[in-house]
Amino acid sequence: MSVDTDDVIRRVQSDPRFHELVRRRSRLAWLLSALMVVIYFGFVLAIAYHKAFLAQSLFGGVTTVGIPVGIGVIVSAFVLTGIYVARANSAFDDLTKDILEGLKT
Amino acid sequence: MSAGHFPLTAAAIAAVAVASAGYALAGNITVAGQSDLNLPAIIMFLIFVFATLGITKWAAGRTKSAADFYAAGGGITGFQNGLAIAGDYMSAASFLGISGLVFANGYDGLIYSVGWLVGWPIVLFLIAERLRNLGKFTFADVAAFRLEPTPIRILSATGTLVVVAFYLIAQMVGAGKLIQTLFGLEYLYAVIVVGLLMIIYVAFGGMVATTWVQIIKACLLLGGASFMAMMVLAHFNFSPEAMFQRAIEVHPSGSAIMAPGALVKDPISTISLGIALMFGTAGLPHILMRFFTVSDAKAARKSVFYATGFIGYFYILTFIIGFGAITLLLQDPTYFKAGAVAGPNGSFAPADMAGSGNMSAVHLAEALGGSLFLGFISAVAFATILAVVAGLTLAGATAVSHDLYASVIARGKANEYQEIRLSRIAAVVIGIIAIFLGYVFENQNVAFMVGLAFAIAASCNFPVLVMSVFWKGTTTRGAFIGGFLGLLSATVMVVLSPSVWEKTLGYPAGSAIFPYDNPALFSVTLAFFGIWLFSITDRSQRAGKERAAFEAQYVRSETGIGASGAAAH
Repeated sequence: MSVDTDDVIRRVQSDPRFHELVRRRSRLAWLLSALMVVIYFGFVLAIAYHKAFLAQSLFGGVTTVGIPVGIGVIVSAFVLTGIYVARANSAFDDLTKDILEGLKT
Repeated sequence: MSAGHFPLTAAAIAAVAVASAGYALAGNITVAGQSDLNLPAIIMFLIFVFATLGITKWAAGRTKSAADFYAAGGGITGFQNGLAIAGDYMSAASFLGISGLVFANGYDGLIYSVGWLVGWPIVLFLIAERLRNLGKFTFADVAAFRLEPTPIRILSATGTLVVVAFYLIAQMVGAGKLIQTLFGLEYLYAVIVVGLLMIIYVAFGGMVATTWVQIIKACLLLGGASFMAMMVLAHFNFSPEAMFQRAIEVHPSGSAIMAPGALVKDPISTISLGIALMFGTAGLPHILMRFFTVSDAKAARKSVFYATGFIGYFYILTFIIGFGAITLLLQDPTYFKAGAVAGPNGSFAPADMAGSGNMSAVHLAEALGGSLFLGFISAVAFATILAVVAGLTLAGATAVSHDLYASVIARGKANEYQEIRLSRIAAVVIGIIAIFLGYVFENQNVAFMVGLAFAIAASCNFPVLVMSVFWKGTTTRGAFIGGFLGLLSATVMVVLSPSVWEKTLGYPAGSAIFPYDNPALFSVTLAFFGIWLFSITDRSQRAGKERAAFEAQYVRSETGIGASGAAAH
C-alpha cells in the first residue's frame, strides 16, 4: 500500500457519496438476507406446525400446495441474488466509481 | 526448478494412476462374479481422466506464481466461477442422495434439498464482495486484515483443516462404495485411484486445473441430470400432475409422498440443521477460496448469482429424477434385490432397491437410456467425486502453506516459490492421509460427517469472518476464543448426539447426552456470544489498535480501494 493510504481513507470517509453507498447497499443486503431467512425458516416452521396446509390439493388433483411452495423457496433464492446483483453491479458500482474518480482530483 | 518439469512428472504419475486402475480391474475379473464390470462406464471415465490430465498439464505450464497456484491468477470469469462453485458444491451425495431421498420419501427429499440452497444468497449479500475486497487467497486473509495474524491464522487454518478432513472422509468413503458398485472396482483400489487423481490435479495444476475439473464436471452433471429429467417428463407428456398421479399409485406410502412426512422430527432439530446449512455454506473454506479466482467484486457477485441458479436448477432436477425412479422402477424386479418381494399392488419397497435407494438415479439412467447412458451417469458420478475432493484438497493445502507456513512459521519471510512448493507437498500429504482414512473408515457410519463439517464451518469460520468484517469491536482475543468455542462446542455436541453416540459408538438408544443431531443452533450462538464477550472485555493496547484500524478496513471492504486486483501479470 502507498504512503498516503491514511489520507485516502480520510478523504473517502469525508465523501458523502461513500456514506450514501454504504447506507443503500447495506440496507438492501440486510433486507434481502432477512427476507431469505424469513422465507426459509417460514417454510421450515410451516412443515413443523402446518403440515395440513402444505398437504392440501393445489387445484383438485394430486399436486399439493407444498410442491409450488418448496420449488418457490428454491426460485426465491435465485431471484433474491438476481435483485442484489442487478442493483450492486449497476447503481452501487457506479457510485463506487464516482467516489474513486473523486480521489484523483 | 522450472515449472516445465511438472507436466512431465504429472504425465508419469497419471500413467501410474491409470495403470493401477487397470491392474485393479484386471484383479477384479479374476475374482469371478464379485461384481459386473461396467465397460461403457469405464471407457467414458477414462476419457474424462485423460481430458482432465491434459488440462492439468496445460494448467501446470501456466502456474508460475502463488496467485496462479491459489487463485488461478484471478483470471476466471464470473460465469466460469459460477459453474465451478456449482461443481464444488454438487457432490455425488447430493445427486444420488437427494434423488434417493425423493425416491424413498417423496416430498421430504425436496425439503432437504431446499436447505442446501438457501445459504447462497447469504454468501452473496454479506460475504462475497467483502471477501474479494479484503483478501488475497484465503478467508484467513480477511479475518487477519486488522487482527493479530498468528492466532487468527492458527484458528482459521484449524477451522479449515477440520472442515476439510470431515468432508473429505465422507467423500472418500462414499466414493469407494459408489465406485465399487458402479465399476466393479475393489473398495481400496477405488479410494487409491480417487486419491491419486486428486493429488495430481491439485499438486501440479493448482487452482487452474481444479477450476476446470469443476467446470467440466458441472457441465456433465447438469447435462446428464437435465436429460434424465426431460426423459421422465416426456414419459408423462410433460404433465407433472400425471407423473405425481402415477407415483401415488405405485409408491407403498401412497399420497403421503406428496406432503411433508417424518423427515422433520422436531422443529429444534430442523432449525438447527437449517442454521448449519445456511451459515455453514458461507463458511466452507473451499467455496470461499473460489472468490479470489475472479478479477473483482463485480465478478464475485455474478459468480454467486450463476452458482445459485445452477444449484437450484439441479435440485429441481433431482426432485423430478426421484419421482421418475418411483414411477418407472418400483414395479420392475430388475432393479431390486434378488429376494425382494413385491407388495399387493406389484410395487417393491424402495429400501429393497439393489445397492440401496441411493442407486435409484443410476438405475433410472439404465431404464431410460440403456447401458450406454448408465455408463455415462456412472462416469459422471465418479467425475463428481473427483472434482469435489480436488477442491477440498486445494483448500486444505492452502491453509497449510499460506496460513500456517508463510504467516505463522516463516512469519512472512518465505518466498513465493517455497510457499507453492510447500502447498504441493501438503496436497500430496493430505491426499495420502485421505486415502488412509478412507480405508480405515470403510465400514464406519460416516453419514454424520458432512453435517459436522457444515456445523463447524457455521460455528467457527462464519462467525469469525462476519464479526471481523462487520463489527468494529472485534478483537483478536474475542475472535480467537469465540472461534475455538464454536469449533469445540460443535464437535463435542455432535459426538454426544444420537447419530454418533448411539448409531456410531454403539451406546444404547436414548442414552445420547445431547438430544439433537445438529448442534448449530447452540454452537453458532455460543461462537457469536464468545467473540462479543471476549472482545468487549479486552482492554489490551493491541485491542485498542485493532478497533482503531477498523475504519480503514471498512473503507476497503466497501469500495475495494487497495484490494489485490486481478493477479494475472
